[in-house]
Amino acid sequence: MSDHLQLYEVFIRSRRGLDHKHVGSLHADDPEQALEYARDVYTRRGEGVSIWVVASRDITASQESDCESFYDPLDDKPYRHAAMYELPEGVDSL
Amino acid sequence: MSDNAHIAKYVLRLADDALVLGHRLSEWTSRAPFLEEDLALTNVALDFVGRARMYYQYAAELTGGGATEDTFAYTRDAREFSNLLLCELPRGDFAFSVVRQFLYDAFALPFLRELKGSSDQRLAGIAAKAEKESTYHLRRGKEWVLRLGDGTTESHQRMRQALDELWGYTHELFEVDALEEALIAEGIAVDPRTIRDEWQQTVTSVLIQATLPVPESSWSVQGGRTGYHTESLGYLLAELQFMQRAYPGLRW
Repeated sequence: MSDHLQLYEVFIRSRRGLDHKHVGSLHADDPEQALEYARDVYTRRGEGVSIWVVASRDITASQESDCESFYDPLDDKPYRHAAMYELPEGVDSL
Repeated sequence: MSDNAHIAKYVLRLADDALVLGHRLSEWTSRAPFLEEDLALTNVALDFVGRARMYYQYAAELTGGGATEDTFAYTRDAREFSNLLLCELPRGDFAFSVVRQFLYDAFALPFLRELKGSSDQRLAGIAAKAEKESTYHLRRGKEWVLRLGDGTTESHQRMRQALDELWGYTHELFEVDALEEALIAEGIAVDPRTIRDEWQQTVTSVLIQATLPVPESSWSVQGGRTGYHTESLGYLLAELQFMQRAYPGLRW
């Protein structure tokens, strides 16, 4: 049985108005079963009002080796941060 | 018998069904085919034990005289238990537990829907809560029957065998005795005969979809409601009641 199981990533929205957050993963035979197991494994204490499950193999993820080209160039661009700018008089937050 | 004693007796039947089936389900804890199913089965087991507690607490109030939920769960012998035989059969292999649960849940859902309309407010309240759980249980059950019935040669074979072994125990679901007749007339108890068609339809349609033949065997066993049980209930109670029997009144 477990030979046929696939890995799914589970996302749960804890309250209305919030977004879905990744909470973990699980094994299941098909998406429908994954949804039910997500309910049983991750919402036992009333953690959510909505569940998404996504087959892990359908996720395209960045790699450790991408770090240099992806993120390092951002280090010297402080002007992209709000903290770079002084707030005009009368504006408390941006 | 007073009215309360009648109702208590009926409530105990529902309570015993839930406790005994819940215990059988709990026997899968740490033994299920894989982790996710282990948690799911344990969840379902807890639903049933929780349901049993609500029924037992109500039965204790109706009985009075210092009775508590524990009095019923831990200090009665097998002859005093009034659960359906279907609920007490040993858990068997995974197919057996799946089929038993499916046959029972297909009954429990329409039963609870009817019980919600009981003139007894406490029973109606318990039913409203339990109905939601049973909706989920039946959904799970249907999918497992489809998956295993229409699965591999071996899973199909095991499902067929489980069906053949269990079918004769399903007739008891729809038995009504004088006690229930009286409570049905008062609008307190559910008349299970009125939901038999729905049960048959649910079960038949899922079995056909799962490529499983609907059993035609004509044998049937009953006796659970009057305390005549299979030998397996004694073993179940020995484990369930051990602590309270060895150390009466023990708390933790």
